[in-house]
Order: sequence, then C-alpha cells, then structure tokens
Amino acid sequence: MLKSLLETISDIGVMSQRDIRRYFRLPQLLITNVILNVVLLLLFNYVFGGAIQTGGVDYIQYFLPGFLVQSVVFGSTQTSVGISEDLSKGLIDRFRSLPMARAAFLSGRVVADTLRYLILVILMIAVGYAAGFRFQGGFFPAFAGVWLIILFGIALTWVGVFIGISVKDVETAQVAGFVWVFPLVFASSLYVPIETMPSWLQAFANINPVTPMVDTIRALSWGTSISSSLWKILVWDLGIILVCLPLALRRYRLLAQ
Amino acid sequence: MDEAIGVTTQSDSENTCPNAFIEVANVAKTFGKVRALAGVNLEVEPGIVFALLGPNGSGKTTLVKVLTTLLRPDTGTAKVGGFDVIGQAREVRNVIGLAGQYPAVDENLTGRENLEMIGRLYHLGRGRARDRAAELLDSFDLSDAANRRARTYSGGMRRRLDLAAALVASPPILFLDEPTTGLDPRSRLNLWEIIKDQAKQCNSVFLTTQYLEEADRLADYIAIIDNGAIIQKGTSQELKDCCGGETHVKMRLADRTQMQKAFEALGAIAPENMYQNPEMGEISFPAPDGTAVLSAVVRSLDAVGVELAELSLKEPTLDDVFLAITGHVAEEGPDTKTDMKSGSG
Repeated sequence: MLKSLLETISDIGVMSQRDIRRYFRLPQLLITNVILNVVLLLLFNYVFGGAIQTGGVDYIQYFLPGFLVQSVVFGSTQTSVGISEDLSKGLIDRFRSLPMARAAFLSGRVVADTLRYLILVILMIAVGYAAGFRFQGGFFPAFAGVWLIILFGIALTWVGVFIGISVKDVETAQVAGFVWVFPLVFASSLYVPIETMPSWLQAFANINPVTPMVDTIRALSWGTSISSSLWKILVWDLGIILVCLPLALRRYRLLAQ
Repeated sequence: MDEAIGVTTQSDSENTCPNAFIEVANVAKTFGKVRALAGVNLEVEPGIVFALLGPNGSGKTTLVKVLTTLLRPDTGTAKVGGFDVIGQAREVRNVIGLAGQYPAVDENLTGRENLEMIGRLYHLGRGRARDRAAELLDSFDLSDAANRRARTYSGGMRRRLDLAAALVASPPILFLDEPTTGLDPRSRLNLWEIIKDQAKQCNSVFLTTQYLEEADRLADYIAIIDNGAIIQKGTSQELKDCCGGETHVKMRLADRTQMQKAFEALGAIAPENMYQNPEMGEISFPAPDGTAVLSAVVRSLDAVGVELAELSLKEPTLDDVFLAITGHVAEEGPDTKTDMKSGSG
C-alpha cells in the first residue's frame, strides 16, 4: 500500500519533470508566453488605461489582478495542446505499456503546469510593480491571492487535460482551447466593470467563475473586504476538479477501447 | 556481421525460460465496422523469436496492442508471461518491453534522459536507471549522442533509442511491431543482430513483420495472419514443406540451340511437367528429392554433349507459402523484394 503510494508519487514526479524540461527547452512555450504576456500587459495598461473608467482607481491597480488570472486561464489551453501532442505522436503507447501509475501521465502534466503558472504569475507581478502596481493589503493577502490564482489554474488545467485527451489532435486542441477561454476572460469583470455590459451579458458575467476569481484577487490586493467572491471561487475550483478529473481519467482508460 | 546472414535457431533454450510465454484464446476486436481480429488463437513458447507475418491491415498491430495491454479485446482471453492482459495489466507491463511501429521517444529529452525516464517509470530506482541508461546507450552505439536531444537524431538512431527504451527493464518478453519498417539495409542487419541476441539471453521476442525474408531469417516459429485470423503456423521449414510448393531444379544451357536435344535427354529423369523457355535457353522442373537430381541432370546432359551455363535448385520461399495460403502476396512497396534468394538456406 505504502509502496504503491510512493511509486505513484515517484511516477508523477518523473512525468512532471519531463514536462518541465519541455517548457524550458521549447522557448516558444515559456519564453514567448512570458513575452506575450508582458507586451499585452504594457499595451493594455498604456493604451486602454486612460479610456476605461474604473471608478477612480488607477487602471493598473484595477487591471493587474485580472491580468494575473488571465495569464493562468490562457495558460491552461497549452495543457490541451501538450496532451494531444503526446497522443498524436504515439508516445502515449509507450507510457501506457509501462508499469507506472495510471494517473501519472495526466497528473504529471498538471504538476508541471502548476509550476509554470507560478513562474508566470510571479513574473507578471514583477512587471506590474514596475508599471506602478502595488499590493495595498500587505504580504499575506498577496500571498494568499497568488495561491488562489494557482488553484484556479489547477482546476482549469483539468479542463485542459480533458479537452486534450478527448480531441487527440494538436490543431483541434488549439482551437478548442480558445473557444471556451475567450468568453470566460472577456465576459467577466476582468477588463471592464460588469455594470457597463448589456444586462444579458451581465447575467453570464455574474455566473462566470472568472468574475469571483478576479474580484477576490482585487479585494486581496486592494486590502478591501472580499465578500462572498472567495467562497464562490473555492466552490468553482472544487466543482471543476470534481467533474473534470474523473472525466479525464475515464478518457484515459477509454484509450484501450 | 556475417552471422546476421545465416539462419540460426535458438530452440535449445526452451527449457530454461519458464515464465515468458504467450497464450491467446479466441481474441476478437472490432473497430466500428472493421473487424481487426476475428478470433485469434495462438501459443508462443518461451525463449524463442516468434514472428507474426502478414500484410498491412491484417491485424498484426492490433494483436500486439492487445498483448501489451494497450487495447482491450472485445472477446477472448490473452495471457502474457502467465498474467491476464485485462485483469493483471500491471503485472503484464512489468514483464514486457514494447517498441511500436513508430519510434516513441521524447524529442525534447536527450537520449540519456529518455532512457533514465523509462527506467524510473519501471521503478528501477534513480541509480540503477542511470546505470542502465549508460549501459544501453553504449551497446546501441549512442554514447556520443547521449546528451543531445532526440530531436536531432537520425531515423536509425531514433529507432535504436526506441529499442533501447524497450529493453531498459531487461524484460523477459519483448514486443517489436514492424521493427525494421523504413530502415536502410545496414540498420536492418544491425537490428536483426540485436533481436537474435535477445533470444540468446533467454528472452522471448514477439515481432510482427510484413517482410517474409525477415520472418524467415529471424524467427524460430512463424504464424501467418490475414484478415484478422491466424491462417497457418509452424517453423519456416514446416511452412515451406506444407504449403510452399516443391523444390525446383533450374538450368540454363550454354547454347540455346541445343534446347530440343537437352529436353529429350532429360525426359528420362524429369516428370512430364517440364517447363522451358527456349529464348533464354532455360529449363526447369519439380525436384522433390532435392540435390540428388543435380548429378542426374549433369550426367544425362553430358551423355548427349549439352553444355550447361547454370544449374541450381530453387527451394520454396515464404513468398510462395504466403501466396499459396492467402491467394495474394504479402508485401507492398518497392523496397520489399530484397534478395529472397539468400534467405532460403
């Protein structure tokens, strides 16, 4: 029992090490991702910053918490691509013929992606600081905020894993990723206050998990009260994982059909 | 390299290799409307090289996938090394190594990292995984490229790395799905050496191939698969004896104007169904007694003063076997008809 648990942990470790190496060796994955995010952040801040009314708050102060969330949401589409790549190249057959833990192939990817999100979020915070952003609530709320974003990222990564293992080819995975990610990011409180949207869109934005996620991070970084958004996002995280993780594992088993 | 050419058998190792064997009973698998396997029955003894021979789409890969736990059969049972491929998949995976039809190596990792990763997933432990990787890189002639990413490897190198990956845990049963497809002749000979070595080390090798020559040279036992069913099995010799047609004696005259004379002289020793090609000066006829007929031919032609330019016995090849059993040829593609002549020794 203990032996199999230790083996499972070791398997997940070995698989995640492989994915982490991949991120560092394919510059387009980590480096361009970072550069793209930095460029986007600076563009949004200086181009739209003056135009969007955020109720007296500096735009960078309003926008960066959302941007941190966005980098993780977009990042989860890469999970689908990575998984579908392994499936299409036949590498998966080798892994499945090895006596490793069944969950290691998928979980290893999630562990590696968690690390990727952490690097990305810390970098974005650093760039934000250079552009004038400040955590006004102090260290602990900031610390908690970072981990809440990572947790959200882990939940979305399981969505990405499920999509990747379902579509099985790289191009479809790429497109499929953006189809569900764009509405989430834009129809939320991430870029603009929800009150500026038409009412039907407000309805969607209010149930969109990105909204409570962004609201929570804003509250934590501004040092204001976090109201109900914290519980909403925790329920969302848990719900997404409880649905997508078993679905993804089931898909993995169904590869034998 | 010379030894790669001759046919050797490793059947003496049968008694010493207990657990490595394969039993397949009534295995069927359907994909949508396509019946990939239609009730396969098969037993493979331990410690031999077994070849599953069949054309593209005959069900070879599907059977390998069932035996390596990658695919669940619709019906039937299969045991590998004594373990059930469905109920004891994990145990099966512990005793097998698989090299699939296309090299499955991680291109972003170096050759060394690839092998170490596989070793750790077999739970060899960090140290042993490292040692085993170094050992295999060395024996597969990849030491110089060990720290280069697999992305930069040539096709042959990838194939070797893939095979090394299959051997990391020194599995008693090795599955090779069309291991030499797409390899140049030199790499193919190298690979044959490695496969034979495996059998010498008491490991069973289960290989699939569409090359008759390959099965003929490597395998101790051959099963022919067509349309998802095993249609014939036996040693290479048994198959040729049962279904390959007869041995023929074939000659070419030095002077083709002597055709008629030769024909009459041979009448005494040859059966009625003599075949002649007057333009080439060639005569051939079935010679079930083999070499005995050669001296008789020489004597009777000598007696009438007919000179021979060429005289040979043509034994049946697996090509003939396959054609006789299935009614169609096994191989496709231009590069597949590699000198069958030397394969019949």
